[in-house]
Amino acid sequence: MLELYQGSLKVEDILSRWYKKYRDKNYGAFISFVGIVREEDSIDGLSFDIYEPILNKWFQEWQEEAKKRGAVVLMAHARGDVYIHESSYISAVLSPKRKVALKLIDEFVEGFKANAPIWKYDLLQGKRVYAKERSLKLPNSGILSNL
Amino acid sequence: MAIVEFLGPIERENMEVDIKNLKELKDIFADDKKLQEWLEISAVALNDTLVTSLDVDVNPTDKISILPPVCGG
Repeated sequence: MLELYQGSLKVEDILSRWYKKYRDKNYGAFISFVGIVREEDSIDGLSFDIYEPILNKWFQEWQEEAKKRGAVVLMAHARGDVYIHESSYISAVLSPKRKVALKLIDEFVEGFKANAPIWKYDLLQGKRVYAKERSLKLPNSGILSNL
Repeated sequence: MAIVEFLGPIERENMEVDIKNLKELKDIFADDKKLQEWLEISAVALNDTLVTSLDVDVNPTDKISILPPVCGG
């Protein structure tokens, strides 16, 4: 399940809904990761652009990988502005046993950081400034370049 | 004509291109110095699948996406 929202995530509502949906499905482990915007470098918050067609494909691949391990992956992400101490990202894994879930949540979050087509901006004095230094190049980047 | 879309922070309007493969797109962009800075760090998708080389045919109904470095979460 992939959910996209305009602005910050209502974390309690989302996690509660996911928990209620899956608690009687015989998964012994439910592990969640919640990203909270930190106060640093004088930012007012963060802002996000998302390219949904490739994000959906990327998530579908993770769903299939999770299924092979008897697990389920869930994710929610914000688009637009998210201010300090609000949340922009939740991922979660359910599996029958905790070790599978602990391993998968780590792989899923790392894979997300490296490959999900989402662009982050710092909100600085009312402007969106692309977080270029914190961003990661996708595989085979640069093939159209002459440089 | 195929459509090229520039995603995220590149902030360029979509453009239509009359090309038969991605190598021809590279030639079209060759003299655009500002865009070259983005292309150097960007990946390329054809119809929402990332490509691994320019040796790919392009049809008139295709969509080409330019994806700069990402940072979700």
